[in-house]
Amino acid sequence: MALQSLDITARSATTTPVPTARQTTKVAKLIDISKCIGCKACQVACMEWNDLRDEIGTTTGIYDNPRDLSDQSWTLMRFSEVEVQPGRLEWLIRKDGCMHCADPGCLKACPAPGAIVQYSNGIVDFHEENCIGCGYCLTGCPFNIPRFSKKDSKAYKCTLCSDRVAVGLEPACIKTCPTGALVFGSKEDMILHAEGRIADLKERGFSNAALYDPPGVGGTHVMYVLQHGDQPELYAGLPKDPGISPLVSVWKGIAKPLMSLGIGLAVFAGFFHFVTAGPKEIEEEEENRS
Amino acid sequence: MSKLIQRYTAGERTNHWVVAIAFVLAALSGLALFHPAFFFFSHLLGGGTWARILHPFIGAVMFLFFIAMASRFWRFNRIVPADRQWMKRIGDVLRNRDEGLPEPGKYNAGQKYLFWVMVISIPVLLVSGIVIWQPWFAPYFPIWLMRLAVVVHALAAWVVILGIVVHVYAAIWVKGTIQAMTRGTVSEAWAKYHHRAWYREMTGK
Repeated sequence: MALQSLDITARSATTTPVPTARQTTKVAKLIDISKCIGCKACQVACMEWNDLRDEIGTTTGIYDNPRDLSDQSWTLMRFSEVEVQPGRLEWLIRKDGCMHCADPGCLKACPAPGAIVQYSNGIVDFHEENCIGCGYCLTGCPFNIPRFSKKDSKAYKCTLCSDRVAVGLEPACIKTCPTGALVFGSKEDMILHAEGRIADLKERGFSNAALYDPPGVGGTHVMYVLQHGDQPELYAGLPKDPGISPLVSVWKGIAKPLMSLGIGLAVFAGFFHFVTAGPKEIEEEEENRS
Repeated sequence: MSKLIQRYTAGERTNHWVVAIAFVLAALSGLALFHPAFFFFSHLLGGGTWARILHPFIGAVMFLFFIAMASRFWRFNRIVPADRQWMKRIGDVLRNRDEGLPEPGKYNAGQKYLFWVMVISIPVLLVSGIVIWQPWFAPYFPIWLMRLAVVVHALAAWVVILGIVVHVYAAIWVKGTIQAMTRGTVSEAWAKYHHRAWYREMTGK
């Protein structure tokens, strides 16, 4: 997208400033789990809009279908049966997919210039034509989202319909959601909307209802309203305090420049040793004597 | 002109240069994936995707030939007490004041320690590399292990690259050394001056 190239906040493996001429509003998708009925219309809409067709799988005894995210399935309803209070079964259905972190671990880990970009509206997008297929994004992601294609060895994930959002449309999943569990707008508005929902849930006895916008990744541009905000793990293992792994932070943070500097210094040390101490030569008479 | 002593056979030289060529290609393509400043090295192998595809195969070739080479040179690299004495005088060695140094055998202490650093680091590179080798092996490992492997791989590669910088510089610095690996021979004077115990063994003098 020609215009999109003007509003990039961050670009993978790029050390110079990115084009930030256009400032766009920060957007967010809000997923209200208390309103979700698990109809999977969002999965269908995602396939339709993005022209994706996953392989027909086999049933594994649970409602999750397909069984996992893939290069063809960028969003997936995950069904959890839990008893938060004994004897009171709850069916928690979480629409899984890219969270569009403000501090994206995938982008931090990516070594291919421009394979991952973050737009100024907050969307984190993979540009597969620049992807080299190394899989580093898998190590960076705290939510286990990117999936490798077996066909082309490139990583795929939810784009938050960056193509639709760029022309003022809402993402396909939002468009199709029949219950209003999915809403989309400016991040600010979505937080306000969530506050209303949380107040409502609290009134109805969900005293721990909360917004999931984890600060460990700088907040996300896909947020959840959780009935049990104190226990996000209940929702098919949603991490309580996600963050980029310290290993990845060290590797793509301090190690990258310091180790590169170390190699450069070693080469210079050799060169300057040579021009100061000089080569180790055997004196000529020694050479002749033996 | 002093007489020549055979230091490396044609087989040993070939083995060494296969490792060396594989190392250069693996190091450059690896650096390309490590820091954006080095990404242009990936073009040597045909672009980022080709660098990603070829790097692990090149690394595997390096590993196999390194193991072959290490098993040839193993017995000359055993650390002996004199090596510790030699290392204590590394400052004098660097200042080219070599009088009174313990007499090294085929390898001096610096070369031996470098050998052992490589013997440890290169298998670490192989194991950590397999864990992150897309798309063949990485899908079989959990993500936490891949996270550990990328860091270990980068650290081990750094150690090997630094080691090779030292190795290459030492070959340039100590005159008459490179021909050992290109022609297979060194001068008797070179052997006597730099590796006296080995010189005695070879010449009986």
